[in-house]
Amino acid sequence: MPEVPTSPSVAMSNPLLTENSKSFSVKSDWAHWSVLYGASGLFALICAVFLISIIVSSIPAWHHSGLSIIYGRVWSQGSNSFGALPIIAGTLATTAIALFFAIPIGIGSALAIVHVVPGRLRVFLSSLVELLAAVPSVVYGLWGLLVLAPWFEHTVEPDLANITGHRFPFQAPPEGVSLLLAGCVLFIMILPMIVALSRDAISIVAHDQFEGALSVGATKWQVIRKVVLPGARNGIVGAVTLATARALGETVAVAMVIGLNPLFPPSLFATASTLASTIALQFQDATPLQVAALGALALILMTMTAVVNWFGRRLVRGLAFRVGVI
Amino acid sequence: MTTGVIEGLPPDPILERREMVQRVARKTLDRRILVSKGMIGLCGIALLVGLVPLFAILYSLVAKGVHWWSLDFFTKTPQFPSLLDPNQIGGISNAIVGSLVIDGIAALFAIPIGIVAGLFLAESTSKFASLLRTTAEIMTGLPSILLGIFAYQMIVIGFDQWGIKLPGIGFSGIAGSFAIGILMIPIIMKASETALRGVPNTIREAGLALGARRGVVARRVIIPTAAPGLITAVLLAFSRAVGETAPILWVIGASTVVAWNPKKEMASMPLQIFQSATSPYVSLREEAWGIALLLVVVVLIVNLGSRLFAAWLQRERR
Repeated sequence: MPEVPTSPSVAMSNPLLTENSKSFSVKSDWAHWSVLYGASGLFALICAVFLISIIVSSIPAWHHSGLSIIYGRVWSQGSNSFGALPIIAGTLATTAIALFFAIPIGIGSALAIVHVVPGRLRVFLSSLVELLAAVPSVVYGLWGLLVLAPWFEHTVEPDLANITGHRFPFQAPPEGVSLLLAGCVLFIMILPMIVALSRDAISIVAHDQFEGALSVGATKWQVIRKVVLPGARNGIVGAVTLATARALGETVAVAMVIGLNPLFPPSLFATASTLASTIALQFQDATPLQVAALGALALILMTMTAVVNWFGRRLVRGLAFRVGVI
Repeated sequence: MTTGVIEGLPPDPILERREMVQRVARKTLDRRILVSKGMIGLCGIALLVGLVPLFAILYSLVAKGVHWWSLDFFTKTPQFPSLLDPNQIGGISNAIVGSLVIDGIAALFAIPIGIVAGLFLAESTSKFASLLRTTAEIMTGLPSILLGIFAYQMIVIGFDQWGIKLPGIGFSGIAGSFAIGILMIPIIMKASETALRGVPNTIREAGLALGARRGVVARRVIIPTAAPGLITAVLLAFSRAVGETAPILWVIGASTVVAWNPKKEMASMPLQIFQSATSPYVSLREEAWGIALLLVVVVLIVNLGSRLFAAWLQRERR
C-alpha cells in the first residue's frame, strides 16, 4: 500500500514536493496541532488544578487530626474531632445494599431483554432503560424521600423486623429515612446503568456461537451460562464496577434519604451518612477547619471512585461509550 | 447399537463416546429443559421487578407533578407560604432563568474545548493523548460534588496559596457554570472522539491527497462528516449537566429573585427541587414534583431529540 504523506517528516522526505509546498505543509500542521494541543492542554491544566485544589483544601485537616481522619470513630463539629470511619463504613454499606439487589436483577433483566423479550418490545425496553439512566439523580432522591420513605417507615421496616425477630441488623425502631432506604434508592438509580451496559456486552456475543451451542443440543439456559455469560464477562463486570463507582459517589439522592448521623448506625433502619452526603449537608455552615475536614473526605472519596472507575473503564473498553449512561 | 463397522475390530472409542454423550443428553433432557425454563423465567421476573420501581417513579412524577403546571408556576418567583395561605408559594421563574444562564454559559465554553480535545484524542497517537484519554474517563466517573468543592475553592472564595492570589467573586452563577462546564468537557471529549474516529480513513486521506492541510481537512471534512455524532454527544452531555445538583449545591447561592446577571447569586431547577423537597412546608414539598417533572421532561426531550435528530441527519446524508 502506498503511504499518504500525513506527517511532516514524510512530507519533507518526499522528493516530489517543492521547497515551497514543503514548508507550507509543515507550517499548517503546526497551526492545527497548536489549537488541538491548546484545548487538550487547557483541560489537562484544569484537571491538575482540580486535583491540587482538593489536596490543598484538605491539608489543614490532616495537620489537625493526622490519619485519625481515616480510622477515628467520632465526627463532631463542636469538639473539632474528625474521624470518618463510620462515614466510610456508611458509604460502603449503602453501596453494598445497592449492589446486592442491582447485580442479580440488573443482569437478569439484561439477559431477558436480549434473549427472552420479542423484537419490538426489546427496542422499546432498551430505549426506556437508556432514558431512565438519564433521569437526574435529584429526582430519584425526591421519589425516595416523599414516596418510599413513608412506605419504608410504616410497612417495609416493621415487617422486616418482625420476620427476622428483631435481630441485628434489623432491630432498631424504623425511621423511614435510613441506611436501608439509601441503599434501595441507590439500587433503583444504578439499575438502568447496569442493565444498559450489560445488555450491550451480552448482545455483542456472536450470534453464530449462540446458535452453534443450541444446535449441539444445549438448552437456552445452558447456552447463556456456558457461552453468553463467559463471552460477556468483562463487559458485565465492567458495568457493575462503573455502577459501584457511581453508587459510592452519589451525592444528592443519598443526602435526601439517609439523614445525617456521623456515627455507626445501630441497625439498617437507622440514619447514617456517606462521604458524599456528609460533604453535601455540612458544607454550608462549616468552620474553616471543618471545610478542610470535608476536603479530606472529598480526597478519600475521589481516591476510592477513581480507582474503581479506572478498573471499570478497562473492562468496558470494547463497548461503545454511552453518554448519559456512564 | 453402534459397534465397529467391520466385525472383529475393537469398537471405535469415538463412537462409544458419542453414544455415551447422547445417552446422558437424552436422560437429562427433561431436567435441563426444566432448569432452562426456570432460569429464563427468573430472568423475566428480574426484568419485571426492575421495571416496577422505574415505572413507579414515572407515574409519581406525572400524577403528582402535572397539576402544578400553570402560568403562575412558570412566570412567578417563589415566596414562602404564610400561615393564612399555605398554598401561596409562587412559581419557579427564577430557577428556570438560572438554569438557562448557568447551563448556557457552561455549554459555551465546554463545547469548543470538548470537541477540539476530542479531535486531539482521535488524531494523536502520542503518550499525552492516551494519558488525557484516561484522565477524561476517570473525570466522567468522579462524583460531581467534588467539582462543587473545586468551584467553591476557586471561584467563590478564590485562590490564595504560594503567592498566587485570585480574588473570589462570591456565590454566583459563574461558579455554577464553571463546575457544570468542567463536568461536561470530558463527556463531550470522549463522545466526540468516538464520533470522529467513526469517519472513514479513506475520506481523511482523500482530503490530504488533494493537498489540503490537516487543519482544513479537520474543519471541512472530518467535523462535518461526524456532525450527527458530535451533535448527539453535545446534547447528551448537556442533558446530563442540566440535571446535576451536587456541583452547584453550595456555589450559586440560591437566590429567590429572577437574576440574569451571572455574577450575582442565582437559582437553578435541580437545586430548587432539592430545597423544596427538604423544606418543612408541605406545599413546597409537593411543588417539588412539578419542578421535577419539568426537569425530567427537559432532559428527556433533549436526550430523545438528540438521538432522533442524529438518526434523521444520518438518513438525509444517504
